[in-house]
Amino acid sequence: MSHYVSDIREPLIRGHKSYHDITEDLVSPTEKTPGFGWIVGFIISLSLLGFGLFCIAWTVWHGIGTWNLNRTIGWGWDITNFVWWIGIGHAGTLISAILLLFRQKWRTGVNRAAEAMTIFAVICAALFPGIHVGRAWVVFYFFPYPNTRGPLWPNFNSPLLWDLFAISTYFTVSLLFWYTGLVPDFATVRDRATGLRRKIYNFLSFGWTGSAKHWQRWESLSLILAGIATPLVLSVHTIVSFDFATSIIPGWHTTIFPPYFVAGAIFSGFAMVLTLMIITRKLLHLEDYITIAHVESMNKVILVTGTIVGVAYLTELFIAWYSGYVYEQFAFFNRAAGPYWWSYFGMMFCNVVSPQFFWKRSWRRNIAFTFFLSIVINIGMWFERFVIIATTLARDYLPSSWSYYSPSWVEMGIFAGTIGLFFTLYLLFTRVAPVVAIAEVKSILKSAGDQYTGPNKIHHGHDHGSESHGHEDHSVHSTDHDNDSHS
Amino acid sequence: MAKHKDIIYGLYNDEEDLLRAVKQAKADHLEIMDVYTPFPIHGLDPILGLSESRLHIAGFIYGSIGTLTAFLGMSWIFTKDWPQIYGGKPHWPVPAFIPITFELTVLFAAIGMVVTFYVVNGLGPGVVNPTIDLRITDDKFCICFDKSEVDASAVESFLRSSGAAEINSKTI
Repeated sequence: MSHYVSDIREPLIRGHKSYHDITEDLVSPTEKTPGFGWIVGFIISLSLLGFGLFCIAWTVWHGIGTWNLNRTIGWGWDITNFVWWIGIGHAGTLISAILLLFRQKWRTGVNRAAEAMTIFAVICAALFPGIHVGRAWVVFYFFPYPNTRGPLWPNFNSPLLWDLFAISTYFTVSLLFWYTGLVPDFATVRDRATGLRRKIYNFLSFGWTGSAKHWQRWESLSLILAGIATPLVLSVHTIVSFDFATSIIPGWHTTIFPPYFVAGAIFSGFAMVLTLMIITRKLLHLEDYITIAHVESMNKVILVTGTIVGVAYLTELFIAWYSGYVYEQFAFFNRAAGPYWWSYFGMMFCNVVSPQFFWKRSWRRNIAFTFFLSIVINIGMWFERFVIIATTLARDYLPSSWSYYSPSWVEMGIFAGTIGLFFTLYLLFTRVAPVVAIAEVKSILKSAGDQYTGPNKIHHGHDHGSESHGHEDHSVHSTDHDNDSHS
Repeated sequence: MAKHKDIIYGLYNDEEDLLRAVKQAKADHLEIMDVYTPFPIHGLDPILGLSESRLHIAGFIYGSIGTLTAFLGMSWIFTKDWPQIYGGKPHWPVPAFIPITFELTVLFAAIGMVVTFYVVNGLGPGVVNPTIDLRITDDKFCICFDKSEVDASAVESFLRSSGAAEINSKTI
């Protein structure tokens, strides 16, 4: 339905695409043999993953002693990485759920890949609590189930247990939401395929037909899932922050943590979405679907959330001073001037200073600069978690227990392994599924395609180019039809 | 499909042609079997006479089951099955139950709704539905009639007059 769209709004689909062009452009990457860049990327990712698996096996075999954690510093890179990965996941849900509720059309260009990123990031995150408990083979003790140990139940007062529930729920709901969106697109892939490929995609598409009633329920389901995923995503990082905030450690015991963690999560997540999407749009030639307008919108979110994070840092500092509580004051003085001062200034520069460059429109719309800054922000947000965890633990109440921590090769290897895992899964995803949601992009074509809005608009009635496209492609298929066709 | 159906269907090139045609079919009292589109068409449901989806009601019920399961489950465990004192807190620490109660509400609602969605639609892993036209998932908008319910010649003239780009018959 072509309702009125202001000409000021930038088109979100470029190149005067017809519906068939959209199908062609978005499905074809899954139908071609992978390019050189993909193969190189996959080999690197798989190697990192392999090394990560070796390091995990090493940890499980020899025990947590292979990590450089000590009596004072019980959480190091493991929990830093856990919080970092979980945070990255948040952008996917924000794009797919919150922006759906706000009816932001630009989400359709990036929601599929961002949600995939969420799922892969949560898998990477969930790995860390699983192995850092030490005896990974009894990790199912986390879950409350009737058992022969009493039955002995987990402690429902513990934020660590809340976290388990939050992350399991988050993973499940994200997966369901993502897959439900994929089903119609798998049907599109199926209907272009033959032989075994058709059978596989028919299985994946659950026999989708495109019936009006199914679409109605599909939209209803998407909307409600978005509605419940929105408080869910806010709850997940809130509960992650409770892991710290409910403790009595100075520097952790602060009420600002939940909103500050959520803002930081969205901030880092958008940075990762940009890192991925800038590479993806280049390699898969999706510049017409993931446009500068999309990049700019995401950069605006980065600017807002980055500024919230900056305000939160300053508020923390102010409150530490204003509280008059010496331990709190020391904790913050120690962050900036203690043994980990470099990570504090890294965090401040990457998270507070760097997003402010996006006030300038031409920089917001510069792909190379955005890519560079997205990496900077990813690093900065990793530093933030490291600052919160390591600096705080390194200087606790008892000066005799003060110590220093730097990771062992095993910890670094596991982190590298999760990066490998993340990119391995992402690269496989780009081969199997359309990385841009086909049906959703088609549904915004009439209001956001550049032939309908913006400076290149064509004033026409019903010629949408669909007659002139794709007859060659369909000549194979048309043998399936009875031949009493009229035109 | 257990029973074969003889169908006649028209393919339209644009959703606006489809909407006009559906309106006309309703005015002509032609019994539409189904409408198939490559993406959800807003404004189609009221014209087609589809009642609002009740999936949200199901979602509310599943969510409530989740709330009760979590809250009553934790309450039973902490007060009846194995009461323990954690950090001097009471046996029934209601505020501490809020996060898990919330998470399970969301989890139950999401799983329940998604399963319901596939079951009521007759979709699922391994389901093979008859293909009416391969281009319906690409760029064609289809109105489909069951030949046993309508007069085929009337439908054909309707499809032609309403601007269908193609008119086909087949058995599914």
